Amino acid sequence: MATTEESLHIPSHSRSKPLEYSTEDGALRIFGFWVFLVTDMLLFSCFFATYAVLYRHISTGPTPSAIFDVRGYTAETLILLTSSFTSGIATYEMRRQNKSGLITWTIITLLLGLSFIGLEVSEFWSDVVSGATMQTSAFLSAFFTLVGTHGCHVSFGIIWITSVLIQVIRRGITPVTSRKVFITSLYWHFLDVVWVFLFTVVYMIGGMY
Amino acid sequence: MSSPDEHMRSTHREHGLGVPIAGFILSIVLTIIALWLDQQGALPRDWLITVVLGLAVIQIAIQLFFFMHVTESDERAWHIWLLALGFLLVITIVAYSMWIMTFGAEAY
Repeated sequence: MATTEESLHIPSHSRSKPLEYSTEDGALRIFGFWVFLVTDMLLFSCFFATYAVLYRHISTGPTPSAIFDVRGYTAETLILLTSSFTSGIATYEMRRQNKSGLITWTIITLLLGLSFIGLEVSEFWSDVVSGATMQTSAFLSAFFTLVGTHGCHVSFGIIWITSVLIQVIRRGITPVTSRKVFITSLYWHFLDVVWVFLFTVVYMIGGMY
Repeated sequence: MSSPDEHMRSTHREHGLGVPIAGFILSIVLTIIALWLDQQGALPRDWLITVVLGLAVIQIAIQLFFFMHVTESDERAWHIWLLALGFLLVITIVAYSMWIMTFGAEAY
């Protein structure tokens, strides 16, 4: 394509590839991460299927509606949706080569992620203290496995994004760090998608019983 | 592989902040609608389940298109085909598990 002449007159950031796609290695790793996301989706779908099959099997334990707190899970949902947005802004600032903007929005994302985990831990804690443990019923086994796996993913994401943030602070926005930021943001948005289904299937539809 | 100066095959354009902000507002509004329908309790149960699941599916599209830049790729966007296969497998796993277990419930 005769783009060489054209691109001389146009600021490189507006017409060429984003930095994270600028090397063959970066583009390939981003594709590889999409492959991982699809496999992770299959893992979650198995837990969702288990929950959908078992949520009425409460044995001697509480029903879903007895232990779900509407204000609690609504707050968790709004926090995670907001953190997905701030993560999106961080990617936007990265593509504008704005290092301080990228760092600021990443830190806000991390703080929102931590408050989400804090709410979830307190929810699990109050369930367990009231006697609703993983061993109580098939419903609670499926509930803690599904929601807990998502919580583990979020916790891992917080650690991962923190380590990438340190690399950005030290090395700036390079093809390597921008690829890492982009991949961690894909991971974070994916967790938000999974949570939307947790919110819908586990809490709202499950809570009807 | 193409040279770094060449354009992306797909629709990469430098968007303003409008795209993520629109995605954020939409995702919050859809969540509030789902919650409101659930709390209000006017819809019959089956209808409510269908509607809130539909709203959740729209949320996937919002995350994919407004935040995850799903149409961007260095070459052809092969990952979109992979995602489509993934969605098909997810629906199969969940729907068939539920269907098969309805027979289990009859036996007890």
